[in-house]
Amino acid sequence: MSKDEENKLVYGMLHSLKSFVGRISPDTSDAFQSYQTNNYRLTMYETPSGVKFVMNTSLELPLQATRDILHSLYKEVYVEYAVKNHMLSLQTPINSDLFKDKLEAFIHSKMRE
Amino acid sequence: TFPTHPIPLVLSSDTGKVMVKFGASGNVKPGHSVTAVNKQPVSGLYTANDKPILDVINDPASYPLTITFGRTKASANEKLMLASIFHSLFAIAAQISPVEQSSGIKELHTEKFTLRCFQTITGVKFFVIVDQKQTGCEHLLRRIYELYTDYVLKNPFYPIDMPIRCELFDQNLRKVIEQVERTTVYNSATLA
Repeated sequence: MSKDEENKLVYGMLHSLKSFVGRISPDTSDAFQSYQTNNYRLTMYETPSGVKFVMNTSLELPLQATRDILHSLYKEVYVEYAVKNHMLSLQTPINSDLFKDKLEAFIHSKMRE
Repeated sequence: TFPTHPIPLVLSSDTGKVMVKFGASGNVKPGHSVTAVNKQPVSGLYTANDKPILDVINDPASYPLTITFGRTKASANEKLMLASIFHSLFAIAAQISPVEQSSGIKELHTEKFTLRCFQTITGVKFFVIVDQKQTGCEHLLRRIYELYTDYVLKNPFYPIDMPIRCELFDQNLRKVIEQVERTTVYNSATLA
């Protein structure tokens, strides 16, 4: 499946998951956080401004750790190198090499822990 | 009980009931719907006196007004819709897996609850909505599967794929759930 198709599928799925959780929950203000299958776990972190971060991990990593990683990713990488860069448009795919490098460095440092 | 117009809630009536769309007051939150006006139960969008509820609420002359809100239970149709939405989500999760040959969603976590799903070899899915700290769900789901095969499938009067209305199934299901509730060990650290 091409990257584009996969992105659209994931986006559509997240949208349906959010509305599904809202309807089936005993509390309507509930928010979807993650799901897991027998092979992988998909974790989503949504900021109050509506930006969603999605990560697929193996099942070995505990759930709370992945949520913390996504939160620090937002705080340390996205806000610093994407939002604060006024040359970047956040509505199109992010095209900054600095952002990509910082993102890879962040992930590698987390993997070494 | 609201003493004056306007009330601090935004109401909408697009689902056939008057529901709270936004705003909160006391225990009333978005998602609750109007069940009684001035202690008289409502039917659909009309009060017991056949007046549209929204008109009564928007009319300053009807205050002080007592409105009772409740959480509506999902209707059978809504349950079917939610189940089919889950069925598709389950399948998509298996497709977008970064690893080959993934099963569908086994667990789904949100802030307030966890949903656990069990798929049988025939493709039937059983899912339960439990608290985060609930253990023993695999066992519970398998017991439910056993009950399903015993009391539903072996019932010659049960129309396949229709909503289940078998009394024995319901009775035994209730027994199994009570058993799980009794044997759930509450961790003393979490009670504090």
